[in-house]
Amino acid sequence: MTTVARDPVTAADPAPAPPTRPAAGPSRHRYRAAVGFAFGAALLFAVAPLVLSDFRLSLLAKYLCVAMVAVGIGLAWGRGGMLTLGQGVFFGLGGYAMAMHLKLADAGPGNMPDFMMLYGQLDELPLWWRPFASPWFALPATVLLPMAVAFVLGSLVFRRRVRGAYFAILSQALAAAMVILLIGQQGTTGGTNGLTDIQGFFGYDLDDPVNQRMVYFIIAGTLLALLALARHLMQSRYGELLVAVRDSEERVRFLGYDPATVKLVAYVVAAGMAGLAGALFVPAVGIISPALIGIVPSIEFVIGVAIGGRATLLGPVLGAVAVAWARTALSERFPGTWTYLQGLLFVVVVAFLPGGLASLIGLARRRDDGEPRPSRLGRFRPRRREGAA
Amino acid sequence: MTLIRGRRILAGAMTLVAAAALAACGSKTTDGNTSAGVAADVSGDTVKVGLLNSLSGTMAISEVTVRDAIMLAIEEINAAGGVLDKKIEPVGEDGASDWPTFAEKAEKLIREDRVAAVFGCWTSASRKAVKPVFEKNKALLFYPVQYEGLEQSPYIFYTGATTNQQIVPGLDYLKAQGATSLYLVGSDYVFPRTANKIIKAYAEANGMKVLGEDYAPLGSTEFGTITNKVKSSGADAVFNTLNGDSNVAFFKEYKSAGLTAATMPVVSVSIAEEEVKSIGTQYLEGQLTAWNYYQTTPGAANEKFVAAYKAKYGADKPTSDPMEAAYVSVYLWKAMVEKAGTFDVEKVREASDGITFEAPEGLVTVDGATQHIAKTARVGKVGADGLITEVWNSGQPITPDPYLKSYPWAGGLS
Repeated sequence: MTTVARDPVTAADPAPAPPTRPAAGPSRHRYRAAVGFAFGAALLFAVAPLVLSDFRLSLLAKYLCVAMVAVGIGLAWGRGGMLTLGQGVFFGLGGYAMAMHLKLADAGPGNMPDFMMLYGQLDELPLWWRPFASPWFALPATVLLPMAVAFVLGSLVFRRRVRGAYFAILSQALAAAMVILLIGQQGTTGGTNGLTDIQGFFGYDLDDPVNQRMVYFIIAGTLLALLALARHLMQSRYGELLVAVRDSEERVRFLGYDPATVKLVAYVVAAGMAGLAGALFVPAVGIISPALIGIVPSIEFVIGVAIGGRATLLGPVLGAVAVAWARTALSERFPGTWTYLQGLLFVVVVAFLPGGLASLIGLARRRDDGEPRPSRLGRFRPRRREGAA
Repeated sequence: MTLIRGRRILAGAMTLVAAAALAACGSKTTDGNTSAGVAADVSGDTVKVGLLNSLSGTMAISEVTVRDAIMLAIEEINAAGGVLDKKIEPVGEDGASDWPTFAEKAEKLIREDRVAAVFGCWTSASRKAVKPVFEKNKALLFYPVQYEGLEQSPYIFYTGATTNQQIVPGLDYLKAQGATSLYLVGSDYVFPRTANKIIKAYAEANGMKVLGEDYAPLGSTEFGTITNKVKSSGADAVFNTLNGDSNVAFFKEYKSAGLTAATMPVVSVSIAEEEVKSIGTQYLEGQLTAWNYYQTTPGAANEKFVAAYKAKYGADKPTSDPMEAAYVSVYLWKAMVEKAGTFDVEKVREASDGITFEAPEGLVTVDGATQHIAKTARVGKVGADGLITEVWNSGQPITPDPYLKSYPWAGGLS
């Protein structure tokens, strides 16, 4: 693998460089961000619950979970240049950790989850399930477990300078391996069925629409918090370093930074976000199964990000929600032909809006002030701070 | 400065979460089942039913035929005046071979369309995904495919075979033919793995040896190794629970290894007329299948069903067991509703016990206690024309026993 990674072709894969976008004044920038967050919060917390039926709101909760994964991919891929085609693994780790705890809580202390008796014929709970009975272990594990896996994998891979297509293939292989593992261990993982029929969420009955609404609010709040975190990272010195590594890893190395560490941080953070998304997906949808974490769903996460605009803050979120929503809407409207329509949509967006839906905003703005402003790809630009110039 | 702003936004978001969570505390799990269920909308002169099948993805090839059979039954019923003087209005959704999508669409059919019943699902994983949705909303699902048993939901009617109506009779047949050793080949998912557990328990109790057990991932086409292992094992017969495309590769490999139906017969439980066509008759001729219905099953009801199906969908389209079970499920629902005199789910369930229907497969009876159907088991042999002809049947309908409680050897299974 090392020899492959040092291949000169892969070592030099700079993304095509769009011209640098002139930075907006800092005060205007901040003002816009605050208004944006307030607007998003109002939309998610006030408008959506009022306008949407219980069923549609629970669908939105599901879309927002996908959007959380997208925020992480936006950071790792859009800003860090790591095409992570295996985010399903981290989503799954978070989801399974949460579902294992909820299944154990449903079964009650001392009992085993229903499927283990049906498929496993086990006499007692397997050792590796036991810690998940405690929420104090399971809840942190939903985030820390994916982060730990990403850390180990990332440490091995980035130091060896595995990049580009090789990194993408590796992350996919991980997703495939995890699915095979889960299916093979049917007695303890539920096999292809996954973990289903989850009744309660920390003592609250998930069948109750009021509690479903609560889960939605938690998800919406978490997404906003993750967006704030991502924005903070992107605006920080670290964020600039990350973009610099994406655009020219060698140059950053010559400047004395360690690109491997820079990439590792983004990769681990993205994994943590995916894990959190998986954990919240479980109470929102009531199921986690290998079908949700394999190669296809992992690619679907990335498609949403690509469509939204990978290097922007909001692009991945909007893209993920738009793709998931379109999937539902098209499949309800045209049950027989929707897959073709969805494919067509992907082709059209990628062909005519390579910067994603977020570049539409750029187009609109250009029309506003007549200044050519191509897509906002978050280029490395000199830092402008008040008083620092 | 950015640091402070970031924190402020973070703090704001967290406060919102906490406030929302506090404001919206619903019932606890200890309160018992609080959901009231969603009543079907029967106010108009039609009654909606949901059709939930995969029209895209790997399962589409099988599930589309089930959808067609359900549509045929609905058309026939509507032509004859409908149910309780209401015409049936089908609402179709695509499960897309994706289990969470099945759950989403089931919820949509129940809550948005307010259907009186849903017909569909194929794989066990999709059924397990929608089961809590139907139980939560107290809505009805009719599941038309043979499955691995060990389930009994109050809101699901199982119109396909459970294990004691398909797999166990298949094994009885092999035993009667003098088979003393088996090799198990299956796809890697819940049905084959569970079926093989049952087969192993049966074999142990009946003095048969299981010489090997191999699983291939769903959709796998690599069968060189497995076929070699099967060949060198020298088993009397192979019990095949492979699903879908894998069968094509397996049987081609099987034939090229020099194995034939005469030397080492394969009993398949997921190969029906439709699959025979796609695998190729030359690879399957003489091999055995275990089902409850074949296109060749004699009887006026079947002649009518086959003729109607071919008239609607084309003369080259075969009919198969899951299609027949789906077709029958619509008629059974109609009979239950008419006996209950209402579309109300609980009343329909109460009325279900003892409902009979002269189905293409023969007389079927609903067992109200298990919500399964008493069916006749049939072992068939694939002929040169691609159709399956019966070589053995159980003589009378077998009472469903999803947990195999009446079989002493199955004591440790559930």
